[in-house]
Amino acid sequence: MKALSRKGAVKPGRPRPLLDSDRRRRSVTTPEGIALGFTVASRASRAGALIIDLGVIFTLMLVTTLVLAYLLFGVIGRPGSVFDGPGAKGSSVLQFLGVAWIIAMFLFRNAYFMWFELRPRGATPGKRLAGIRVAARDGGQLTADAVIARNLLRDIELFLPVMFYAQASAEGGDMGAATIAGLAWMTTFLAIPLINRDHLRAGDIVAGSWVVEAPRAKLTALLVSGETAREGRSTVTGARFRFDEAELGAYGEYELQVLERVLRDDRDENLAEVARTICAKIGWQPGPQGFLGDDRAFLTAYYTQLRARLEQGMRFGQRKADKFAGTG
Amino acid sequence: MSAPLTTLADTVGGWFAKTPEPVLAVEQAALRSDRFRLEREADWKRLEAIVSRMEAGRLSRISDEDILALPVLYRTVASSLSIARETSLDAGTLAYLEGLTQRAWFLVYGPRVGLGGWLRRFFGGGWGRAVRGMGLDLAIALAVMVAGAIVGWLLVASDPGWYSALVPGDGGDPRVPGASRAALRATLYGSQGEDGLGLFAAALFNNNAQVSILAFALGFAFAVPSLLLLVHNMGGLGAMLWLFHGAGLLPDFAAWLMVHGTTELFAILLAGAAGVHIGRSMAFPGELAVLDAAAQAGRRAAQVMVGVVLMLIVAALLEGFARQLIDDALARAAIGLFMLVFWIGYLFAWRRGAPE
Repeated sequence: MKALSRKGAVKPGRPRPLLDSDRRRRSVTTPEGIALGFTVASRASRAGALIIDLGVIFTLMLVTTLVLAYLLFGVIGRPGSVFDGPGAKGSSVLQFLGVAWIIAMFLFRNAYFMWFELRPRGATPGKRLAGIRVAARDGGQLTADAVIARNLLRDIELFLPVMFYAQASAEGGDMGAATIAGLAWMTTFLAIPLINRDHLRAGDIVAGSWVVEAPRAKLTALLVSGETAREGRSTVTGARFRFDEAELGAYGEYELQVLERVLRDDRDENLAEVARTICAKIGWQPGPQGFLGDDRAFLTAYYTQLRARLEQGMRFGQRKADKFAGTG
Repeated sequence: MSAPLTTLADTVGGWFAKTPEPVLAVEQAALRSDRFRLEREADWKRLEAIVSRMEAGRLSRISDEDILALPVLYRTVASSLSIARETSLDAGTLAYLEGLTQRAWFLVYGPRVGLGGWLRRFFGGGWGRAVRGMGLDLAIALAVMVAGAIVGWLLVASDPGWYSALVPGDGGDPRVPGASRAALRATLYGSQGEDGLGLFAAALFNNNAQVSILAFALGFAFAVPSLLLLVHNMGGLGAMLWLFHGAGLLPDFAAWLMVHGTTELFAILLAGAAGVHIGRSMAFPGELAVLDAAAQAGRRAAQVMVGVVLMLIVAALLEGFARQLIDDALARAAIGLFMLVFWIGYLFAWRRGAPE
């Protein structure tokens, strides 16, 4: 059921950089047997999400308090109000507002995270803004129990030192000791996500959950289509590009995908630069009115033919990871 | 409308309207893998539309047809992804398919039951099953609580100076060693006329709920702090028992306490046991990996904790209203005993639903 593996390991001696997002890649096998790639959310985005959520909670608490206070003073300030005269009913109004306030504070503190993480997006507003969400670590269902467990633990991770501190200051206790205790406490729990590979906090460990980046890739348009790609012909200069086996064998899948990004970005200076590099590599001489008149057509033709060749190799079970790999 | 305005209107309109994407004929594709994509794109787009609407929580706007199609489309896209990984080198399409499969997977395997469905299952036997799943932890927590009360009693009996340490009270509390019988009796009876019971109950609940969440959450540190918390709370209770015993008011105090105490102490017992359950499963994970053992215990303990919070609401209502309004020891004891029998019957005797 559990299939975590580390992807993106690069053999030494290769000049390909290992990005942080590659390091955070994990693979989970779904019940259908498909390996789904997840990216563990970075600590920075999780911290950002938490700060936003705490801000929202604080604002909600403040607004609720102010509204209730406004209602209270609205009742008190009126002449002939329930507070006037002996035997007034004011205390029950006061009591109702007090009960409402206590319940609201309890819900904001404990139910905010649970309510949002149980919704289909599996994310609080802060997490949504940071582009991350909660998921089950084993590739199974994210259950309500797990969401409840991970959020009950939040109480000791976050709010307990604040509570200690408030208590110490209210009772005139030793503030220095309270500060040190609170800091030591917070450091301990902050250290947990820092020292494990999947950035799990205490609540995640207990709930069997983790926080991953929420996917939001859009379907991009087809990169190559029409006559330019099929014939390798430039519509500007009319030149035709045909590459032979040796010229196409110079590059592998990694370079193909770099080329794909360059073509999608479509910036003239990059296109020219890449075109020159490829020419040098495959030993083409840019003629006086050759492809340099239309770098894009040249690169599109090269991309199409390289991809066709590599994909044909794939169908026969031969893959060529990059230009250092064998001629596959 | 002048030309610039039209352009502006088009631009603004473009932000909100969906730009119609040119649909390419399959023959236009230069590569075999692109042909593969063009043939299946319609299914992918349909799944994406359904998933987007479900993610936004607009379930009512999704037709039954689409709901039924979701698992089928999910499998279609998942198989497209498998094929594309083996045949296509189009990174854009692969990233899209991976993202889409993941989003659909989150929905197909996501929290399928909403809060309502979960609560129904919870009350219909899930709660009791979770509680019964931690038998040994309940025994440990109960033993610790009883020991805590006994220790509290013995400490105060040997030196009344301990009382103020065990029962933190404000200056005006008459319940201190050396208080007269009448003064102690007055704290047990005669508060019918009091106002502000609702506020009292809400404050009690808030305080107790936070304490039990703490007892549960501290179980994370291998259960030791949970047990200490139980000992501390029960020590205070033992000291008060000693105080009222000295004044010959023990049965009255017990009845006063029982009204809500059977529910509240039961809830604290469950919270402590939930903490012990997590701590024990992490210290002794058995055949599972530590993380898996912790996750399994954590999910079970979380169910128990929801029950604890609900029990504390009941306890606060009993404490805030029933105890203040009923002034008779026998009636108080009857209510307390009834609640105890009810909880034990509901949690342990009533078995229903899936086998353990």
